[in-house]
Amino acid sequence: MTASLTLVVLMAVLFGAGISIMLERSLTRVLIGFLLVGNAVNILIYLMSGAPGTAPILGEGLDPDEISDPLPQVFVLTSIVINLGITAFMLALVYRSWWLAQLGEKGDLVDDEAEDLEDAEEAADLIRSSAADDAAIQELLDASDEEVPR
Amino acid sequence: MIACLGAFAVVAVLTPLLTRLMGRRVFAILALLPAAVFVLLLTWLPGVLAGEPVVESVPWIPALDIALSFRVDALALLLALIVTGIGALVLLYCMHYFADDEPALGRFAALLLAFAGVMFGLVTADDVFILFTFWEATSVLSYLLIGHYTGRKESRGAALQALTVTTLGGLAMLVGLVLLVAAGGTSSLSELVANPVDGVAGAWGIALVLVGAISKSALVPFHFWLPAAMAAPTPVSAYLHAAAMVKAGVYLVARLAPGYADLTVWHPIVITLGVLTMLVGGWRALRQYDLKLLLAYGTVSQLGFLVLVTGFGTRDAALAGVALLVAHALFKAALFLVVGIVDHAAGTRDWRKLSGLGRRMPVITVIAIVAAASMAGVPPLFGFVAKEAVFAAFLDAVAQGDQWAWIALVGAVLGSVLTVAYTVRFVWGAFATKADAAPTPLHGEGRAIIAAPGLLAAASLVFAFAVPLVEPLLAAYADELPGPHEFHLALWHGLAPALAVSAAVFTFGALLVWGRQRVARLQASITPVLDSARGYLGVVSVVDRLAAAVTTAIQHRGLPGYLAIIVAVFIGGLGVASVMNTTWPDGVRLWDYPAQPFLALVMAVAGIAAATVRQRLTAVLLVGVTGYGLVLLFGMSGAPDLALTQALVETVVVVVFVLVLRRLPQRIAQRNPPVHKLARGIIGALAGVVMAVIGLVAIGARIQPTIADGLPALALEAHGKNIVNVMLVDIRAWDTLGEISVLVAVATGVASLIFVSGRTGGAPRLEDLGDDVEPVDRRERLRPVPEPASSIRAPRTSLANTEGETDAAADAAGTRQTWLLAGRTLSPRNRSILIEVLVRLLFHPAIVVSVFLLFAGHNAPGGGFAGGLLAGLALVARYLAGGRYELGEAAPVDAGRLLGTGLLLAAGTAAAPLLFGGAPLESAWFETDVPVLGTLSIGTSTLFDLGVYLVVVGLVLDILRALGGEVDRQEEQAGDETGELDGDVDDLEQGEGPEIAERPEHVDAELETPLTGAGRAGETRT
Repeated sequence: MTASLTLVVLMAVLFGAGISIMLERSLTRVLIGFLLVGNAVNILIYLMSGAPGTAPILGEGLDPDEISDPLPQVFVLTSIVINLGITAFMLALVYRSWWLAQLGEKGDLVDDEAEDLEDAEEAADLIRSSAADDAAIQELLDASDEEVPR
Repeated sequence: MIACLGAFAVVAVLTPLLTRLMGRRVFAILALLPAAVFVLLLTWLPGVLAGEPVVESVPWIPALDIALSFRVDALALLLALIVTGIGALVLLYCMHYFADDEPALGRFAALLLAFAGVMFGLVTADDVFILFTFWEATSVLSYLLIGHYTGRKESRGAALQALTVTTLGGLAMLVGLVLLVAAGGTSSLSELVANPVDGVAGAWGIALVLVGAISKSALVPFHFWLPAAMAAPTPVSAYLHAAAMVKAGVYLVARLAPGYADLTVWHPIVITLGVLTMLVGGWRALRQYDLKLLLAYGTVSQLGFLVLVTGFGTRDAALAGVALLVAHALFKAALFLVVGIVDHAAGTRDWRKLSGLGRRMPVITVIAIVAAASMAGVPPLFGFVAKEAVFAAFLDAVAQGDQWAWIALVGAVLGSVLTVAYTVRFVWGAFATKADAAPTPLHGEGRAIIAAPGLLAAASLVFAFAVPLVEPLLAAYADELPGPHEFHLALWHGLAPALAVSAAVFTFGALLVWGRQRVARLQASITPVLDSARGYLGVVSVVDRLAAAVTTAIQHRGLPGYLAIIVAVFIGGLGVASVMNTTWPDGVRLWDYPAQPFLALVMAVAGIAAATVRQRLTAVLLVGVTGYGLVLLFGMSGAPDLALTQALVETVVVVVFVLVLRRLPQRIAQRNPPVHKLARGIIGALAGVVMAVIGLVAIGARIQPTIADGLPALALEAHGKNIVNVMLVDIRAWDTLGEISVLVAVATGVASLIFVSGRTGGAPRLEDLGDDVEPVDRRERLRPVPEPASSIRAPRTSLANTEGETDAAADAAGTRQTWLLAGRTLSPRNRSILIEVLVRLLFHPAIVVSVFLLFAGHNAPGGGFAGGLLAGLALVARYLAGGRYELGEAAPVDAGRLLGTGLLLAAGTAAAPLLFGGAPLESAWFETDVPVLGTLSIGTSTLFDLGVYLVVVGLVLDILRALGGEVDRQEEQAGDETGELDGDVDDLEQGEGPEIAERPEHVDAELETPLTGAGRAGETRT
C-alpha cells in the first residue's frame, strides 16, 4: 500500500494547526481547532484507501478492480455527519456558558486561575475532613487507655 | 439456599417501607426470617451428620466456569446456624434497643437484615468467586452499619478505616483465589480443599488468601480497625464485630486447613500472627476504661486465639477450634448486648463512672457474669470445655515433638491469663460498687430487652452439659483433618494435664488482678514500638496528599493546560511507539493527480491562517475553505458521496457558527494566555509530525489485500449499485443505527442547552404572535398573502388629500403580494425582496431533490444523509430569509417527534426481521418498474434510510430553532431589558424578530409602574 505524500503532509498541517489553536482559552477558538482536527482526521481515514480509483458505484462496463476502496468512505461519511452534530453541541455549550455565566464583554473566556485556587482549596478541605474523621476516632480510642496511677 | 437468599433480599428491600408503617416493631417481623432459616437448617442436620452435604447449583457464567453453587456441609451448617440464630436474637434485641424516632431506622434495619443474608451466603457458598462476592458485600454492609451515625466524625472515620482495611485484604484474597483456581482447574472450594494445589502457585495463592482472612478477622497488623468499629450501634458490634463477620476469616482458615495446613507458608502466618494477636489484644484490653472497647480488644485477642487453634492443623485442634468458635459467638454477643443495656441505662460505658449496678440490675449482672465466666474459661461453662480441649490438643502435639506446638501452647496460656484478667476487670468495672464513685443514676429499661443476652448466656451453660448433643456436628468437620479420633469434648476429663494448665491460668490471672496497679504502670511505661493504627493513618494521609497533588498538577490551568498535557502524552507515547516501528509503506507517491498539490496548498494555508487570525468570523470562513477543499479532494478521487455530504455539512456548519458568533462580543481579550504562543506552536507542530508518521505507519501496516474486493458482489446481493450507501444502510447498518442515535442525543443536547424550560415543540408559529399578524389559512397557502407595503418600503403619500376621494393607485401601492409567509414579522431594513423570491422559488424544488436523493441513493450518489442535509439546508434558507416564524411555517412539526420517528423507523427496521424469525437488520425487497424512474427497488433498507433522513432533518431543525430562533428571542429580550434594541448585530445577514410589532407593547409594560397599577386597582374598587 502506498500513500500520497501530499495528503499526508496536508493532514499533518491541518492537525498541527488545529491542535495549536485548541490550546487557547477562548472556547470558540477551541472549537475552530476541533473542526480543523476533524478535517485532518477525515483525511487520515481517507488515506487508508490507498490509490484512488473510480467511484464505487457499479454500472455497465465498470471494472470492480478499479474502484476506490469504499470502506474508508463509509467511515468518513459517518464522521462528517457526527462532526456536524458535535460542532452544534459545542456551539450550544459556548453560548450557554456565556449566557448563563453572564460573562458579557469577556466573551467565551473562562477564568481558570480562580478555579485552580478553588480546586486546591477543595482538595485541602477533603484531606482535612478525612484526617479529622480519622483523628476523631483515634482520640476516642486513646481516651479509653488507662492513665498512669499516681 | 438460593430461595433463602432471595427471601433475605426481598425482605431487606421492603424493610424501609415496613419500618415507616411499624416503627421499631418491624424488627420482630424481620427476626422471623433468620429464625425460619435456622429451623430449616436444623432439619438438614441429620443428613449432614450422615455425610451428605446439601448442594445447590445454578450455572451463572458458564464461559468462566462460575456457577451459583452452594454446599452445606458440617462446617458450613455450624456457621450458618450461628449466623441465623444470633442474627434472629440480635434483631429481636434491636426492637427494644432503638426508639421509634431513631433517625434512619429503616435503612439500619434493612442493612442489618441484608447483612444476615449476605453472611449466610458467604458461609454456604461453594464457588470461590461467589464466596468472594459475599465477602466483599459484608465489607460494604459493615461500612454502612458502622457509619450509621452519619453526622459523627468518629463514625465516618471508623467506617472508612474498616472498609479500607478489609477491602485491601479482599483484593489480595481475590488474587490468591484466581491463582488457586487457575492452578487447580476448578472454582469449587470443596474440590480445591479435597485436591490441594501445591507448588509455587499453591503457596502464593494460600498466602494471599490468608492476607484476606487476617484482615477480615482483625489479626495483627490489621487489628486496629475492629476497636474503631465500636463507633457503630451496639447491636452491630454484637453481631458483625463479635459473632458473625469477623468470623469469616476464621471460617476461611478452618475451611482451608484440611487441605493446606501442611504447606510451609501456613504455620508461620497462622501461628505467629495468631499468638501475636492474642497477646496484643489481651494486653490492650487490660487497660481500657470504655467497656465496649475492652470487649473489642478482647475480641481481637479471641480472634487471634481462634485462628491459632483452627489453623493448627490436627484433628483435635480443629475440634477444639470449632468448639471455641461456638463458645465465643455465644458469650461475646451476650456481653456486647449487656454493655448496650448498661450504656442505655447509665448513659455511659466508662467504668470509672459506673458504680453499684450489680445490686440494682441483678438479672443483667447474672447474665453478664455467666457469659464472662465462659469467656475466662471457668467451669462448668462451654468456654471451659472448649479451652480444655485446646490445651489438651496442644499438649498432645507437644508430646509428639511438634516445634510449632510449643509456641502455640505458650501463646495460648499467656493469652488466657490476660483473658482472665480483663474478664475480671470487665465484671468488676461494670457492676461493682466503687468506694470513690457515687452510685450511677439509672433510668428504667424494659424487661424484654434481656431476652436475647439471657438466651445466649443460658446457651453457654446448657451447651456445657449437652456436649454429647453438640459434639457430633463439630466432630463431623474436625474428622476431615488427620489425627486419631479418640479425643472427645467433655466437662470432666479426670485429672488430665490440661486441667493443671487451666489451674495455672487462673492462678496467674489472679496475680495480674491482684497487682493491677503495677501492671498498669508497666503498661503505661511501654511505648508501642509499632503502632499499626498510626501507621495506617500515616499511609492514608500520604496517599490523600499525593492524589490531590497529582490531580492539581495535571489538571492545572483549566482546559488549555489539561489539553496540553493530554496532547503531550499523545506525542510522547505514540511518538516513541512510531519511532520504534518497523513497518513502513512500500512506496510514496508525491500526489495522486496534478491538481492535488495545489488544492492541498490552498487548504494548508487556510488552515494555518485559521489558527492565527484574531477575528473569529474570518477564522470560521477559513476553516470553511479547508472543508470545501475536502469536497474537491473527495470529488476528484472517486468519492462522490463524500463530496456531496461534505459540501452540505460544511454549509450548515458555517451558517450555524455565524448564528452563534453574532451574539458573542467581537473582541477577544487575551490576557496572559495559559499556554505560551511559542509552546502552542511547538506542541501543534510535533502533534502534526507524529500524526503524519502514524498515517504512514498505518498505511504500511496494510499488507493484506483489501476487503473491498468482495464488496461489489455483496452490494449487488443487497439490490444496490452504490456500494457506500449499501454499506451504510445494509452491510454496516448497526454502525449507522448507532450513529443516528448519537445524532438524536446531540440534537436533544443542543435544544436542552438553549431552551431553558424544555425541549419539546417546533419553531414558533405565526399564531403565537397574537393579533399583530393574522395567521395564514393553510388551505389558502397556495395563494399569495397580501401585506402592507410599508413592511418593505416607506408608504407612498396619497395624492387625494381631500376627504371623500380615493386614490386607487396609492391604495394599490399600499399593499403588495408577499413571497414568504412570515416575512412581515421582520423589520423592513432586514428584508431583501431578492432573497425572499429566490428562497420561495428554490425551497420546494430543494425538498423534491432531497427526496430524490433519498431514494436514488441506493444506486447513485445520495442517500438518507445527503437527502436529509439538503432538506435541512432548504430550511436554513427559509429561516435566513424570513426569521424564526418563517421557520415555524416551513416546518410546522415538533423536531423531537421527527427525531423520534426517524430513530423508531430505523430501529424498527432492525428489529422487525426478528418477528419473522430472521436475524436483526435482515433485508427484504420489493421490485417494480416505474415509467419515469426505471426499475425501482424498495427494500427494508430504504425504510432504514428514510429513518436516517428524518433524523438528519430533525437535527438541522433543532439546531435552527435553538441556535437560530431561540437565540434571536433571547437577544430581543436582553435588548428590551437593557433598552438597547439594536445591539451589535447589524453586520450579520439574517433576520431580526418582530421589532416593530412588539416594541409598543413593551414600552407600555415598562410604563406601568406598581404605583399606577395600584392606582388603577383603587379606581376599580370605588
